Amino acid sequence: MARESESGLPIEPVYGPDASGTWDPAEKLGEPGAYPFTRGVYPSMYTGRPWTMRQYAGFGTAVESNARYQQLIANGTMGLSVAFDLPTQMGHDSDAPIAHGEVGKVGVAIDSIDDMRVLFAGIPLDRVSTSMTINAPAAVLLLLYQLVAEEQGVSADKLTGTIQNDVLKEYIARGTYIFPPKPSLRLTADIFKYCRAEIPKWNTISISGYHMAEAGASPAQEIAFTLADGVEYVRTAVAAGMDVDDFAPRLSFFFVARTTILEEVAKFRAARRIWARVMKEEFGARNPKSMMLRFHTQTAGVQLTAQQPEVNLVRVAVQGLAAVLGGTQSLHTNSFDEAIALPTDKSARLALRTQQVLAHETDVTATVDPFAGSYVIERMTDEVEAAALELMGRIEDLGGAVSAIEHGFQKGEIERNAYRIAQETDSGERIVVGVNRFQLDAEEPYEPLRVDPAIERQQAERLCKLRAWREQLRVDEALRQLKKAAEGEDNILYPMKDALRARATVGEVCDALREVWGTYVPSDGL
Amino acid sequence: MERKNVNRIRIVVAKPGLDGHDRGAKVVARALRDTGVEVVYTGLHQAPRQIVDTALQEDADGIGLSVLSGAHMTLFAEVLRLLRERGAQDILVFGGGIIPDADIPELLDLGVAAVFTPGTPTRAITDWVHTRLSAA
Repeated sequence: MARESESGLPIEPVYGPDASGTWDPAEKLGEPGAYPFTRGVYPSMYTGRPWTMRQYAGFGTAVESNARYQQLIANGTMGLSVAFDLPTQMGHDSDAPIAHGEVGKVGVAIDSIDDMRVLFAGIPLDRVSTSMTINAPAAVLLLLYQLVAEEQGVSADKLTGTIQNDVLKEYIARGTYIFPPKPSLRLTADIFKYCRAEIPKWNTISISGYHMAEAGASPAQEIAFTLADGVEYVRTAVAAGMDVDDFAPRLSFFFVARTTILEEVAKFRAARRIWARVMKEEFGARNPKSMMLRFHTQTAGVQLTAQQPEVNLVRVAVQGLAAVLGGTQSLHTNSFDEAIALPTDKSARLALRTQQVLAHETDVTATVDPFAGSYVIERMTDEVEAAALELMGRIEDLGGAVSAIEHGFQKGEIERNAYRIAQETDSGERIVVGVNRFQLDAEEPYEPLRVDPAIERQQAERLCKLRAWREQLRVDEALRQLKKAAEGEDNILYPMKDALRARATVGEVCDALREVWGTYVPSDGL
Repeated sequence: MERKNVNRIRIVVAKPGLDGHDRGAKVVARALRDTGVEVVYTGLHQAPRQIVDTALQEDADGIGLSVLSGAHMTLFAEVLRLLRERGAQDILVFGGGIIPDADIPELLDLGVAAVFTPGTPTRAITDWVHTRLSAA
């Protein structure tokens, strides 16, 4: 009897040589590193060097987060990944009333260039690559990073890293949106243009399905909605006058890795094939780099349990293996205490060690795309691809990703799937070890990491000093220029950088844009 | 106070603060609705004052708060304080999210009626709501 995959597709007990019908490997797979990139974006993949181990971290003040980065670097991590607190992600200063209780909680609080300078103190920005999970205010944090680099004497052309900068998925799943879709997309196009001119090695966007998956999306939904967002961004940039090959090589993606290894591997391969075809056939890309779907992966936080949390170490290892077998370019492995609180030093280290075991103690790095030609994997790759294309077609029928968002299409589909998963877990049909099977009579107490509540007051004091000390006239004028650019068509990143250099705060810059662009209010029903 | 329908329980499911994770809130809201509860979902990014306003306007029997950002101690306390200030402490407040076990006693002391943490079957929450509010 066929079992159902996470995407609701059948998985047969046995597959044979006829699993994929008449099947031409040259058309479906190509060579590794060549169109349609099913087997991976590079010819040698991990045989040359492993993926980038990129652990998302940040909490409390810039001082504390800086210490965690220094420790990660000392432990052999190869790229930084900055977590900002929610007020920063929503473009509010730490002393804004709505920020009360949230300062420094899920990431580091950054109010101005003074905080950013502390965050990267002693870290050579020409030698690390830094990923920043920042979306609606992505331009602000990128410019702060560039300003700090300038102070370190590092020129912008040496900077490497990524801003998430994917606001469409915020409307669908993650919820940290500020502005309505239209000005948000204009800002995205401004960022693409600015980076092309000023920070050419920067990855300007990380088009993300991870958060959709965390919200409940199936694998097919995850890649379909993400790639449809990608199509919308490409259309926006092309409409803004850019040549597709001038920005597409800098687009990157971000997906989840679940414990269901087979379907996940199929998902990653299907996503690469779809994107390559879309870029070549719909957008006429000529540069192969424009057709490559390069992606970061994070293991599925939502699959981790608060019960018997050490079991999560095993889940993360399995999820990480799925990401590697699927050909990820970089990987964050979650800490086992993710379902309880922020990671402690020890749990964060164990998460990194998990990747190091995969990279150095297994043989999965020895050969490229090891599952290629497997009856089941090739069949599932075709099926996940077909299911995703069908969903992408429905989004096109609704008028594209933004229009579908306004119809509530993606969010509705994801929430229905989340509810189905909850019902299956409640009924016991879906087994979650330690939660609905194999429970302990009494859970061991676990002491999680806590963020010092004094941080909110400390940040407020820093802001107070900053506002007293800076040249207010210069700040006011810079913010006025920023608003003028936002009202017109000039690239807003240039006046924004002037404002930030003059010590305008993250909240002030975002407030100036709110005044011009308004804010997004979803029609969020049940 | 005038009551619409004595038999119909009315719950406001709310996302206070800046946290955008609404999977749990939406699942609980749907589960409550499927058991006959009238559910009002506030949407994201609600200040405690907005949540209390909604609960009063909707004549709610209870407020379910969901916080995954670690700001629960501040936000739960603020909702309870505002309810007292408005003389509406009869509205039952419960909640869930990423909440360490060690924080639960303090939340209960503040006046939160129940805290449901990850892994709780939705049935346990809907049963609890019906048990606590059916007699009211």
